[in-house]
Amino acid sequence: MTLLIVSPILFPLLGMLINALFGQRMRERVVGWVASFAVIAAFAASVVLFVQLSQSHGEPLRLTLAPWITAGALNVAWGFLVDPLSAVMMLIVTGVGALIHIYSIGYMHGDPRFARYFVYLNLFVAAMLVLVMADNFLVLFVGWELVGLCSYLLIGFWFQDVKNAAAGRKAFVVNRIGDVGFVLGMLLIFATFGTLDFETVFAQVKVRGESLAAVASLITLLLFIGATGKSAQIPLFVWLPDAMAGPTPVSALIHAATMVTAGVYMMSRAHVLFELAPTTQALIALVGAITALVAGSSALRQVDIKKVLAYSTVSQLGFMVAAAGLGAYVAALFHLLTHAFFKALLFLGAGSVIHAMHAAHGDVDPQDMRAMGGLAKRMPFTFLTFVIGGLALAGLPPLAGFFSKDEVLLAAFADNPLVFVLLGITAAFTALYVGRQIVLVFLGEPRSANAAHAHESPAIMTMPLAVLALLTLAGGAINLPGGGWLHHWLEPVLHEAAKPLNVGLALVFTLIALGALALAWVWYRDAQRARLEVESALGRFLLSAWHIDAVYHATVLRAFYTLSTICSQLIDIGLIDAAVNAVGRSARAAADQLRAAQSGFVRNYGLLMFLGVIVLVVYFVVVR
Amino acid sequence: MNVADLETVLPFLLLATGGVALLLVDLAVPQARKSLTGWLAFVVALAAGVSALALVSGKTMKGFAGMVQADAFAYFADVLLCVVAALVILLSLRYHTARGLMRGEFYPLLLLSLSGMSLAVHAADLLVVFLAIELLSIPLYVLSGFARPRLESEEAALKYFLTGAFASGFLVYGVALIYGASGTTALGDLRAALLDNPALTSDALLMAGLALVMVGLLFKIAAVPFHFWAPDVYEGAPTTVTAFMATATKAAAFLALMRVVAGFAALSPSLAQPFEVADALRPMLALIAAITMIVGNVTALAQQNVKRMLAYSSIAHAGYALAGVASGDATAVLFYLAAYAFATLAAFVVLIAVGSTEGNEDHRYEAYAGLGRRAPLLGVIMALAMFSLIGIPPTAGFVGKYFLFRAVVASDLTWLAVIGVLTSALSAAFYLRVLMVLFMREPETAPEAEPAALAADAPRMVAAYVSAAAVLLIGVFPSAVLALLTGGELVALVR
Amino acid sequence: MRTDFAFVGVMIVSAALLMGVTLLAASFLRPKKPNTAKLSTYECGMETVGDTWVQFRVNYYILALVFVLFDIEAILLFPIAVAFNALPLFAVLNVVLFILVLLAALLYAWRKGALDWE
Repeated sequence: MTLLIVSPILFPLLGMLINALFGQRMRERVVGWVASFAVIAAFAASVVLFVQLSQSHGEPLRLTLAPWITAGALNVAWGFLVDPLSAVMMLIVTGVGALIHIYSIGYMHGDPRFARYFVYLNLFVAAMLVLVMADNFLVLFVGWELVGLCSYLLIGFWFQDVKNAAAGRKAFVVNRIGDVGFVLGMLLIFATFGTLDFETVFAQVKVRGESLAAVASLITLLLFIGATGKSAQIPLFVWLPDAMAGPTPVSALIHAATMVTAGVYMMSRAHVLFELAPTTQALIALVGAITALVAGSSALRQVDIKKVLAYSTVSQLGFMVAAAGLGAYVAALFHLLTHAFFKALLFLGAGSVIHAMHAAHGDVDPQDMRAMGGLAKRMPFTFLTFVIGGLALAGLPPLAGFFSKDEVLLAAFADNPLVFVLLGITAAFTALYVGRQIVLVFLGEPRSANAAHAHESPAIMTMPLAVLALLTLAGGAINLPGGGWLHHWLEPVLHEAAKPLNVGLALVFTLIALGALALAWVWYRDAQRARLEVESALGRFLLSAWHIDAVYHATVLRAFYTLSTICSQLIDIGLIDAAVNAVGRSARAAADQLRAAQSGFVRNYGLLMFLGVIVLVVYFVVVR
Repeated sequence: MNVADLETVLPFLLLATGGVALLLVDLAVPQARKSLTGWLAFVVALAAGVSALALVSGKTMKGFAGMVQADAFAYFADVLLCVVAALVILLSLRYHTARGLMRGEFYPLLLLSLSGMSLAVHAADLLVVFLAIELLSIPLYVLSGFARPRLESEEAALKYFLTGAFASGFLVYGVALIYGASGTTALGDLRAALLDNPALTSDALLMAGLALVMVGLLFKIAAVPFHFWAPDVYEGAPTTVTAFMATATKAAAFLALMRVVAGFAALSPSLAQPFEVADALRPMLALIAAITMIVGNVTALAQQNVKRMLAYSSIAHAGYALAGVASGDATAVLFYLAAYAFATLAAFVVLIAVGSTEGNEDHRYEAYAGLGRRAPLLGVIMALAMFSLIGIPPTAGFVGKYFLFRAVVASDLTWLAVIGVLTSALSAAFYLRVLMVLFMREPETAPEAEPAALAADAPRMVAAYVSAAAVLLIGVFPSAVLALLTGGELVALVR
Repeated sequence: MRTDFAFVGVMIVSAALLMGVTLLAASFLRPKKPNTAKLSTYECGMETVGDTWVQFRVNYYILALVFVLFDIEAILLFPIAVAFNALPLFAVLNVVLFILVLLAALLYAWRKGALDWE
């Protein structure tokens, strides 16, 4: 039992170890399959745990591996917890993770650092599992930081290009800002409750109730700052679009399906705390909605196939965060789940396209949608799966995205008109940029030699697409409106009542989506428009995501650089270095003086010793 | 005297008889197989170490009419000394062949010197202290000159002998004066006499005697200003002997010094039990400690030769340990000495590996350029040693300094701890310079020694692993070592 | 205890006095008639030929050391011989051990050729 609970973590670690030690000497296929089987085994273990959990009717499985920190009042153990919430997350992480591992075997074929890639990827899966299986805040934070590290390593995986390395660094630094909030939140939790254990903290919250309201507002605000970093919300979302510098499967796994949802997971896990702080919740809902709108609108004018999906991810994360802010955690997690399917599908499809564009000889940027077109005929399978994913993203029934997005909108409709309006507009934008992307990439005539000579990707890449497409088609079934399976499953953790289906609302949004798709067809059938629209002021504004990066550069970074310059030039070089150098020089001078006493003549030594004897005797006899 | 007395100095007896017997056995060993003598000496040293380890947690006993004392401190020091000596023997085998020093007398002399050290840590009487110091010194004089006919070695031996004789003179004269003033040379009786007769505490004759005895012991630990011999002797002596002197001699002399100081603890009337150092002696000890730390570390900065730098390093560390003596915490001092001994030994492993190759023995910094990359194992061991000597966690040196400075601060000598920390920071400059040369500098000429030759010797590798492991393990699990020191009953240095 | 030192002091003083008084008395009493032959270095011996700083064979010193060693052994054994009948067995064993150690040293010196003159 003990081993079973941690085995989902151990398998990827084992795979990582094998590839790290022997990867250099093994053949590419072996490396890839070792890594993939490690994750498949983790998936199998997760399924077994899931079945056990359902047999015990949601009674959580716990395991304390070893004490970790025992310092005064602080007692933290390596404790793991499998409850309905973590079980769902484990299935997503290992399931989608396994598919992406297999896909990567094809995608990374021939890369000189093939083994290293899989080492990182396995480490990521293990770390993500630590994050979702933790039974206290500190172990969760360990996973939180480890996935951040893997993300950094994988974004900068092709570090020979300075741009990629810079993107990795940006992700790391921005995430660190969020982490400061998270750590402060943890400290405040410890100061308030005297423990970091989920169960104890939440039990205390229930007992102490309203008396904690003030401090809970602060704690949740700090935790939410952490979430804005990891889940790419305003103001810290700027790293995610740049993170597309990494290999595309990484974007699918880490920067769409799993890691970026850590913030949403964390908020659901700590929902007891968040429910005590209505102010924070309102703020969270608003931040989520605004992020959804800003990112959704930015996606409208992107020309890079992956950037569209990146902004889309930020936008969809905004949906989830808004749902969490509204207290609709089931909706948030449902959307997290379906999004993991269809966004991974879209990214892998985009990867397939890029792979094909890259393989075909030509001199254009293989990610520029303006150079594509007409790929539907050349890559029919990729096209088909991409359309399924795209329509799910646009929210058309009966695809998975329709149900989950509808639940989020429903929650907003009931509670917060402002958030509802923002999310509604975003939904329309979503369908529009999805349509634009499909039209630009797959329809029309090829606009470059690369596109003209593209070929369908190998089976090892298309098979995961097929599986994900099936999941996207059927995924909505796990939580049909009016209290589906997911609702019941999460009931022991989230205690949330299901809302009935609002047919009118669903119909309206379906029509909006269809209209937007039609509009996209009309506008972008002629690719000329896509080429021109980025030239306009609005186009530049949206292409650069509302100039937020530039604003950060002009304000925060400028101020920071000025401060750094003062510190380095004036204080460090002028004051500290000078003082240190002076000390060093005087020590050296003293050393030369002292060395002179070591003359090498025994007579001098004897004399000096004798002087010492005199001093000692005089001291002992007279002075003492 | 009876048989029970023999148990109180069992390691000493094993070492002394082993040393004498080995001298005769060696006569029958053919010149080509002198390493056999080395292995026999190794066995003797290990046996003595094991006997001490078996006795370490026993009761505190006195033997030979109160002349020697057997307690946890003494046996702990025995274990340390024997392990160090065993490792030095392992290091010697190849080194002596390469340097043409393969003479059988080396190992018996080493054992005899070791027996003197073992006696010194058990000494409970000033005469035994003197006897033991002579017994450990005289073989060392010979060993220093063992690289005959190399001039530096002979010069080292002569210098060591002359200054050593000078210091021994003070020591024995001091013992005479103390006997004259108090009528006893036993430290326990001395303590009782001081408690019974307050007039004695201000007796000039007694104090002059104490001063002279301290001179003799401070000379052995190379405290400033009695340190001048150390750099010349350490540099000139064969590197194996230097390693032995820098580690074992220091540990033995320190415990003897602490026992003498503890014998005079009653100089100041009121002190908590068990008291180990009189308030009256503390300022002088602290002053010498401070000067020793400063002179040792600062002078080391200007050295151009790794071996000589290590000599000054040993002076500096004597200063740290002396600060511990001033604080009166014998446990902290002994722990520190153990940590220091293994780190220094690890450093000497590298020096001896370099010295064991063909060609001239060259320990200038330039000669070490790029060595860390040619022989990574040696580089790593050197790095560990240097980190430990600076006092960087998780090495033994860090824990040692931590315990030491904590004791120093607890005894209201905060200023001394501050000097200690500052000089430790300064010491990083010359310790890290070694690593810089080892890893970041390219050799000017093509390296003579092949990496294979540097790492090939199995006994040396064992010594390397053991000392490096000790540096790490003591750093990570200090409680295991502390348990040896405090496992038995509460120990008083003098009773 | 302190009075014991007085005896030593008296001893030193009287020794110095004895020598000083004797030499002083002699210088008063003796006749003073120096000449060249009387003042030469070896007034009653052979003039040296060549350098006086000749090196002795190192064996000479080793032999001398061994001799001194056994000289001291004899001195140390003497009191034991006197009190032999009153000594316990343990003390006798100690003495035997002492002799054996010296014997080992002799054996060593012998085997190393220290006793061979050629």
